[in-house]
Amino acid sequence: MIDSQILERHGLKRDEYDRIVQFLGREPNLTELGIFSVMWSEHCSYKSSRVHLKTLPTEGPQVLQGPGENAGAIDIGEGLAAVFKIESHNHPSFIEPYQGAATGVGGIIRDIFTMGARPIALLNSLRFGELETPGTSRLLEGVVAGIAGYGNSIGIPTVGGEIAFEPSYAGNPLVNVFCLGIAVASDIIKGVASGVGNSVYYVGAKTGRDGIHGATMASAEFDEKSAEKRPAVQVGDPFMEKLLLEACLEVMRTDALVGIQDMGAAGLTCSTTEMGSRGGAGVEIDVSLVPQRETGMTPYEIMLSESQERMLLVVKRGREAEVERVFEKWDLHAVHIGEVTSDGLLRVKDQGHVVAEIPNRALTDEAPVYRRPMAEPEYLAGVRRLDLDALAEKGPYFFSANHDLLALLGSPTIGSKRWVYRQYDHMVRTNTLNVPGLGAGVVRIKGTDRALALSVDGNGRYCYLDPYRGAMLAVAEAARNVACAGARPLGATNCLNFGNPERPAIMWQFAQAVEGIGAACRALGVPITGGNVSLYNETDGRAIYPTPVIGVVGLLEHADRLLSRRFQAAGDIIVLLGEDRGELGGSEYLKVVHGLVAGVPPALNLESERALESLLVDLADLRILKSAHDCSDGGLAVTLAECCFDAGGIGAEISIEAVHAARAMAMNRAAALFGESASRVIVSTTVDNVTEVLERAAAAGVPARIVGRTGGNLLRVAVGGHMAIDLSVDEAERAWSSAVERYFQRRVA
Amino acid sequence: MPSGAGREGTGGGGGAPPQSKKMKFAVVVFPGSNCDEDAYHAVTDVLGQHAEYIWHKDTDLKGADVVILPGGFAHGDYLRTGAMARFSPIMREVERFAARGGPVLGICNGFQVLLEAGLLPGAMLRNDNLKFRCEHVYIRVEQTDTPFTLACRRGQVLRIPIAHGEGNYFAEPDVIARLEANRQIVFRYTDAAGDVRETANPNGSKAAIAGLCNEARNVVGLMPHPERACESVLGSADGLLIFESVVAALKTGAFGGSTGPALQTVR
Repeated sequence: MIDSQILERHGLKRDEYDRIVQFLGREPNLTELGIFSVMWSEHCSYKSSRVHLKTLPTEGPQVLQGPGENAGAIDIGEGLAAVFKIESHNHPSFIEPYQGAATGVGGIIRDIFTMGARPIALLNSLRFGELETPGTSRLLEGVVAGIAGYGNSIGIPTVGGEIAFEPSYAGNPLVNVFCLGIAVASDIIKGVASGVGNSVYYVGAKTGRDGIHGATMASAEFDEKSAEKRPAVQVGDPFMEKLLLEACLEVMRTDALVGIQDMGAAGLTCSTTEMGSRGGAGVEIDVSLVPQRETGMTPYEIMLSESQERMLLVVKRGREAEVERVFEKWDLHAVHIGEVTSDGLLRVKDQGHVVAEIPNRALTDEAPVYRRPMAEPEYLAGVRRLDLDALAEKGPYFFSANHDLLALLGSPTIGSKRWVYRQYDHMVRTNTLNVPGLGAGVVRIKGTDRALALSVDGNGRYCYLDPYRGAMLAVAEAARNVACAGARPLGATNCLNFGNPERPAIMWQFAQAVEGIGAACRALGVPITGGNVSLYNETDGRAIYPTPVIGVVGLLEHADRLLSRRFQAAGDIIVLLGEDRGELGGSEYLKVVHGLVAGVPPALNLESERALESLLVDLADLRILKSAHDCSDGGLAVTLAECCFDAGGIGAEISIEAVHAARAMAMNRAAALFGESASRVIVSTTVDNVTEVLERAAAAGVPARIVGRTGGNLLRVAVGGHMAIDLSVDEAERAWSSAVERYFQRRVA
Repeated sequence: MPSGAGREGTGGGGGAPPQSKKMKFAVVVFPGSNCDEDAYHAVTDVLGQHAEYIWHKDTDLKGADVVILPGGFAHGDYLRTGAMARFSPIMREVERFAARGGPVLGICNGFQVLLEAGLLPGAMLRNDNLKFRCEHVYIRVEQTDTPFTLACRRGQVLRIPIAHGEGNYFAEPDVIARLEANRQIVFRYTDAAGDVRETANPNGSKAAIAGLCNEARNVVGLMPHPERACESVLGSADGLLIFESVVAALKTGAFGGSTGPALQTVR
């Protein structure tokens, strides 16, 4: 008998239960209830987010596959497709950092090769509490080791990413993982079950009791009892996945396959119902045939297990032997567990007896959709107030600009992440042209002249202050990073990390952010091809900053026109593209130097942004730039310093105008140096080419001016004629290099 | 690296030196190998030679002139690294090939397999910093009378990436002494100037050993990845010397599946 306690344990509301009864025309049994609970969980059904996600732009001539499949795909020319997606593994990573992060990597890789693409690059976007907070360094260490452990073993390079540290993530870190694969455009494979009588196969690891109700766990908030949910975290086996990857790609070359899907969240349940639903068919399986790791597993457990490294295949009738042979070669056993049917039902049998029978549509298309109430959060009015004059008067006192710059460079969010990325194999597959830390990750496509640039970006603090603008800025930054490498942005994927959607303030943040993403993606010509929503990122009732993370993929038609952030030679001319408006709202400067999260994030003019990005691609294509670096966290001063790093100690002599953001001189200087106005890029070029760079910028309507010259071993920046920063590149680079590493040095044997 | 120089080999075609017969490289594929394609690419697209993948269940090297055991995580490396791969059927054939004097190169996990198979002495421990490390390092060529270092200068410093969690070479002091005496230490970790320093040793290897050869000198194993350093767009082309060496060695007839003349004659 289904009582309210059982419902609560399954995360189902009473009215949702009534709907289930209506669909079935009877009370569900426990197995059926379990199946409904995972399919109708926020994680699988997108019930709170769906109405908003529908507004996103998903189309364009380059889009080969939009949202709704295992991953999106865009046309990159020469008959090839870039297949990519980003996904979160936040909840599991907090409970069990190593396995949570590792299985996140495993899951996103499966989504890519399921489409018939060979995965060639990984990125990640991570958020943690401040490194000083007890436990954070252990969490970071575990997550990084988990990503490394999985990605390195399977042989897919992690070529880039980003990490930020904010107190709001202390009880709820974010682990977002992005994967890119390459497929022959005409050979993309989908997750459909069709053709009555075709065989349903189960391949990969055996099914155990791990991860039961992982999807429901990811759809609830955390509290002090969360650690008890550890059994709901899965354990990864990258070796098994490597075998699956190679075997599946080999099977796909046989054309014996109708469709394929990985068993991710909600395992066998989700893969059978989604494949059936997409193909307009039914799927019948017998769980007693499913390979099991443990004895005495019930149909309920088998259907809900989230054991990793498992795939569901639909094979053409009569071609089964071919498929089985390929898996045998890789020492994998493909097991025939059922058939495609015509009745549109998910029918689960156990040794021939029906134990569950549910219309597929009730689990997928007909799952509940909520238009949840929204309200502007009350905190906003307060935090948006930023009076620079008052700040200047209040003090406490003003440090030198040198001091402020070193503080920013030495802060973990801005500082070098080398300690992290050198644990990732970022070179395997020998395609990595831009290694981590140089800007967008860039991988070449062997057999062509082309390369792809990839960037993941997001700024939770901006979104906390203004989710609409913050989300737009995230799209713009990701696209700009890709353009700084010389690549034309082509498509995007999003990972939307938010708090509890049942609270109107959170839902408002979500809706605003989605609107912002939509506006920016439309204006910048980067449709959303897929992604993931992660809600309930709260611990003890405190939500994370709203954190949409955007991944953008761009195309370099000629890989040798690639740019990185580093200055290349002394005597080059440094040009600032874009306009300085001295905007300090929401900046790293306010946070690091003044301990303040306040103001409104920088304005973004999408037309100017688009003009800037297309100018960058043109200039790179003409080979008249030597470096390009996006101006973001920490403003112009940090950007200039980063251009000097890893560049053999090349310094720069810079002179910029003062801005008038406040009455106080020190605040004006800070605004000019550390303001984070959007749509700005520092480029370097030769004396011979600078005129052409300036002329082309003028023609494109992009403000551009010479701000200095490379050379020497000092970084010197004058503001309004007064020397503000005068540091040796060495000293600055030391502060930057040790920003993250110093938290771990004591622990190294 | 962003410079446009040296994009050889990215076009997928072979840049073979037209004047000579191509050498055939066998790239052994274990389940879990993941640098097999990289070795294949370096040998064919960059070096312009022939290569063929040999599945670990095969029992025939198909007439290869050189055998490469590539990097990766053979069989998942859930036991000691390389501990299961040594039992793969193809390893019997690799042992016979090596015994006949054929040149065998083990890279990273391939090196670990050679150690486990007893074709090279010693063992690998976890890196002393307990972390996986991926970065460019410098190694110094200590010996040039092996088929894989023939084209190098003695003392030459190569910039080649590492990517491993278990590359901390260990052997008992008497074994190290024997390796030194027999001149079997082929590569050592150094700084850019070629000096052995503790800070330049990325994993704690004894005697800063990055690579070894057997007594007959035809079997070489190293932790760094020369196949990742064959094109300047990837940050270094120094690794090409290792592959060019073996092509030169084979041409002179110093090495091959049948017993050739002693190596000294080709130096």
